[in-house]
Amino acid sequence: MERSSSKVGNGQASKISASPNDDQGIFRRAKRSIDDLITQARRFRLKTKQQELLIRVSALLLIYVLAFATRLFSVLRYESVIHEFDPYFNYRTTLYLTQKGFYEFWNWFDYESWYPLGRIIGGTLYPGLMVTAALLYWTLRLLSFAVHIRDVCVLTAPFFASNTAMVGYFFGKELKDPGTGLVAAAFLAICPGYISRSVAGSYDNEGVAIFALLLTFYLFVKAVNTGSLAWAVASAFAYFYMVSAWGGYIFIINLLPIYVLVLLVTGRYSLRLYVAYNTLYVLGMLLAMQIRFVGFQHVQSGEHMAAMGVFFLMQVFYLVNWVKSMVEPKLFQAFLKIAVIVTGGAGALALGVGMATGYISPWTGRFYSLLDPTYAKDHIPIIASVSEHQPTAWSSFMFDYHLLLFLFPAGLFFCFRRPTDATIFIMIYGLTSLYFAGVMVRLILVATPAVCLIGAIAVSSTLKNVCGLLREKPVGKVLERQGKDKSKGGSDQSIPFQREACIVVLAGALYLLTSYALHCTWVTSEAYSSPSIVLAARQSNGDRVIFDDFREAYFWLQHNTPPDAKVMSWWDYGYQITAMGNRTVIVDNNTWNNTHIATVGRAMSSYEDEAYEIMRSLDVDYVLVVFGGVTGYSSDDINKFLWMVRIGGGVFPVIKESDYLNNGEYRIDAAAAPKMLECLMYKLCYYRFGEVSTEYGKPPGWDRARGTVIGKKDFELEYLDEAFTTSNWIVRIYKLKPPANRK
Amino acid sequence: MRLRICCPAILSFSSKTQIFALGLPRTLAMDDARALVTSLRSAYTATPTKLKLIDLYVAYAVITAIVQTLFMAVVGSFPFNAFLSGVLSCVGTAVLAVCLRMQVNKANKEFKDLPPERAFADFVLCNLVLHLVIMNFLG
Repeated sequence: MERSSSKVGNGQASKISASPNDDQGIFRRAKRSIDDLITQARRFRLKTKQQELLIRVSALLLIYVLAFATRLFSVLRYESVIHEFDPYFNYRTTLYLTQKGFYEFWNWFDYESWYPLGRIIGGTLYPGLMVTAALLYWTLRLLSFAVHIRDVCVLTAPFFASNTAMVGYFFGKELKDPGTGLVAAAFLAICPGYISRSVAGSYDNEGVAIFALLLTFYLFVKAVNTGSLAWAVASAFAYFYMVSAWGGYIFIINLLPIYVLVLLVTGRYSLRLYVAYNTLYVLGMLLAMQIRFVGFQHVQSGEHMAAMGVFFLMQVFYLVNWVKSMVEPKLFQAFLKIAVIVTGGAGALALGVGMATGYISPWTGRFYSLLDPTYAKDHIPIIASVSEHQPTAWSSFMFDYHLLLFLFPAGLFFCFRRPTDATIFIMIYGLTSLYFAGVMVRLILVATPAVCLIGAIAVSSTLKNVCGLLREKPVGKVLERQGKDKSKGGSDQSIPFQREACIVVLAGALYLLTSYALHCTWVTSEAYSSPSIVLAARQSNGDRVIFDDFREAYFWLQHNTPPDAKVMSWWDYGYQITAMGNRTVIVDNNTWNNTHIATVGRAMSSYEDEAYEIMRSLDVDYVLVVFGGVTGYSSDDINKFLWMVRIGGGVFPVIKESDYLNNGEYRIDAAAAPKMLECLMYKLCYYRFGEVSTEYGKPPGWDRARGTVIGKKDFELEYLDEAFTTSNWIVRIYKLKPPANRK
Repeated sequence: MRLRICCPAILSFSSKTQIFALGLPRTLAMDDARALVTSLRSAYTATPTKLKLIDLYVAYAVITAIVQTLFMAVVGSFPFNAFLSGVLSCVGTAVLAVCLRMQVNKANKEFKDLPPERAFADFVLCNLVLHLVIMNFLG
């Protein structure tokens, strides 16, 4: 009280003199406590190296999660279901593996497909994918997660896509520096070229194979860089995984010899190359021959001979080099002469004898059509008919790569500036894979890792240079120091407005990379996330309508037909019918027997009575066709019909394509060719369709997929009964009538 | 590099054959070969014993592979996987031994940072992998 009164007593003077002191005291105390806090916080502050590590690890974690998450659109929109056709076979085999065990799986003979021939599944598939999914399933079960095998199968591909992004990081780090690795991982995580075959539900070989491919290449490049046998053995195991996963391993076994040849010819060879290639070749070849489907191809097939040739060439080359180091030049020339003549002669003789006796088989049609794209159309229509095997349009490249297409040449430039063994490899990989991607749409997938890596080199180098320029001291200070230090070359070439230009470049890069990310997400969401077993469309009022006809038909088959019924359909649907309908099929997507498929094609394109004879000879009970006339679904059997005719006509000359065309035009309306209006496929698709009104304002029998009224509306089926038509008429199933004397 | 050496070599070879045909002493070619062999032999005796041991192992493996191939030519290749596993085990171990020799040879600058114990451990590991696969492949 006294103090306050004394304060009050002092009046204004004490206030003026006491409060500044108090304020200063408070201020000083506050400052001291803040300083204390800062010094305490500084103890937790990381050094630059640790900061960098933290940034890198968190970026990689985010990339890992991103790669997985961006592939989940269809699971969120529809359900966790297997997509497309081929994955159903893979799912069925994985189911068998988890139920019966590895021994039964490896020795499985399937009598439910290719009736009456059957199929040796154990010896005609690439087991990598199934074994991987089964291992994941068993591991999760061991950890007490009660997952269903179908969910494991659906999510296998996104899981391996995340792993591929991680391998991309390490590969980029090996090529240049960790920054390149991060950019490469980010590019790989969302690139649509890869997403198209690795989306959740796309349970196909490529989902795992691209991981194996990139891993093999990374380990091989690491082995070439370090010359260590341990890395070479690891790359041999990665090659084994690739061989077990996909037939595209041919690419690896031919790319590596090309790479070795390029290094030998340009004089960049070294002992490390010898260690890496030879270990990979011998051990990899041995491991690959353990897969029954591959068998002895590594020593007998023409597609694998390049690797063997380069193997022998390397032995001779390094032997000659060794002798050169021991002997004087004049004598060495004599030795070289002898060596070249002997080797050349022996090699030519061996190759000649091998090819002439037929021991070395020539290139198979599947891969020969990569070298000569017109080969398949003329000689093997079944390969030409697959939509994924068509040549790639520019729009596909832009759609699947976007920004990377422009960064690719820029990246090649950076690679050429300072070529190392690793950058030469990625250049060869990128150029060859891009060539093959131009020949066949499906192979855009194989080119994607190379394009991402080379694009990453371009982005990372540019950003590094620009940031380096940005961090330089301003021009005035540099001129002061120029007297002492003339060696700093970059600074005396600084352009005016250097900082501003760098900031503009950085902003431009930010814009481009953002647009890449937006494009990739849009593409994934719109184009690559449809399960194709479930179709969706928008009604005129904007509502979404789902067509689940395929599964409706297959489950009808499963519940309403006898268990030993045989179903004839075009080969596209074989795997789905066996997996979901659980019935025996005549032909399926494996397409290993062209004559059997041609028989089915002939049946579909013949008049009803001839077709009935063929179907009776195959013991067919039900026929399944896919028809898009009511919904406007354009991938139906009428649109595929000409391929049935061509494949059938390839084996049975009685079927001629010109019979089904009117003046070279394929039509199904009144102006259609007469045989077209009478063939089995037409009848099965358009039975009772003449009574259906599909669109307001159009006459009944209006085919929405073709956009015309059908030519023949009122007809009866003589030898078949309609068994089931799905709610939107997409799948139609017919039952064969027994012969007249067997009713 | 190789082409430039080859062309003059082939030209000189053809000139030698002409001399051959003219009946001039064949000792020119023989002399060359003899000088080559003696210089190779003298250079080889200078290599360290460790490397000569590895070379002996490589030669043994290659000879075994050749013997197996000759046997197959006589008897036929029926269990082809057995033949392949036999030949490839010899070829494989020869190749791995050559890699070991390169890594252990002190004259090679590229591998001077690699301790020879590590090289030998890698060699043993790779041989283990090789022979395990061979045993699976023998059937």
